[in-house]
Amino acid sequence: MIDIARFKPKTVYVIYIASTPEKIWAALTAPEFTTAYFFGSAIEIEPKEGGAFVMRKSDGTVDVSGEVVEWSPPRRLSVTWGVRWLPQMRDVPDCLVSYDIEQAGDSVRLTMTEAHQWDVPDALLSGGRAGWPAILSSLKSLLETGKPLAIKMQPPREMLDALAALKR
Amino acid sequence: MSKPTFVYVTYIAAPPDKVWQALTKADISEQYWFGYRVEASGKPGERMTAYNPAGVKAHDDPIIESDPPRRLVYGWKPLYKDLPDERMSRVTFELEPFKDQTRLTVTHDDFDEGSVMFRMISKGWPAVLSSLKSFLETGKGLQPSWDDEAKKRAAAGA
Repeated sequence: MIDIARFKPKTVYVIYIASTPEKIWAALTAPEFTTAYFFGSAIEIEPKEGGAFVMRKSDGTVDVSGEVVEWSPPRRLSVTWGVRWLPQMRDVPDCLVSYDIEQAGDSVRLTMTEAHQWDVPDALLSGGRAGWPAILSSLKSLLETGKPLAIKMQPPREMLDALAALKR
Repeated sequence: MSKPTFVYVTYIAAPPDKVWQALTKADISEQYWFGYRVEASGKPGERMTAYNPAGVKAHDDPIIESDPPRRLVYGWKPLYKDLPDERMSRVTFELEPFKDQTRLTVTHDDFDEGSVMFRMISKGWPAVLSSLKSFLETGKGLQPSWDDEAKKRAAAGA
């Protein structure tokens, strides 16, 4: 069992989408959606608590992997989250990523919370803080217009520097 | 303790000049900013004004920097009487082009510790900027319920 209480929220991103909770749930959990907005990665997720979770790049390598902590369609999805594609991230403890989906007037509020189980330096958080707005902006465009955004992104310099410093 | 700073980044499938127009012209803002007419097209030293849907003036704040369509900075001290009397904070918009899209970064800072206004704007900006993105991409803004107090204020006036 994963001790959720150990994880403290560090990054929260809220976005309102003209859609339904069910469609947003599908966009978060089905590979035909994630490949469009999540830098091309396809999700594989076992629909139950304790199930396996992987985001796989188009070349087959693992981008992110973890375990399902909460599976409550269409309201809340929570997974442990380990970035595997960057070798420097190998020794960094997994974080916890949760999505809360709530009807809010004529739109749906999607809240992404990234929580950490250690005293993570701000520089390491810069990766998520750069990535989540791009990913979730593209998810919103995809659901509202049928077209994701074209966003190219590299890991922030300050994150790579912080990872290098951890090694020393 | 560091002073509170709110940062929100959104990517919009529209070029910076369209985003700039939407941020600075009242005729456009009222279509996505929950009926508010926000005018901020002046030069530094001129004013940013906003009127709520009931026609009541909600802002009369200084424009601090204006470099269309890249960077806009204005003060922020709403005129509503029921708000705590806090000092003026500061809003910075940065627009960066990528292909035909814009990365819009909104930084709202210069608050005192424990600011009530900070808590309000932290809820408000995601709703406003989500609606702005929808409006520029689909032609239709959102009417999300994000804060009941703000809704009452918009309906009733100051």
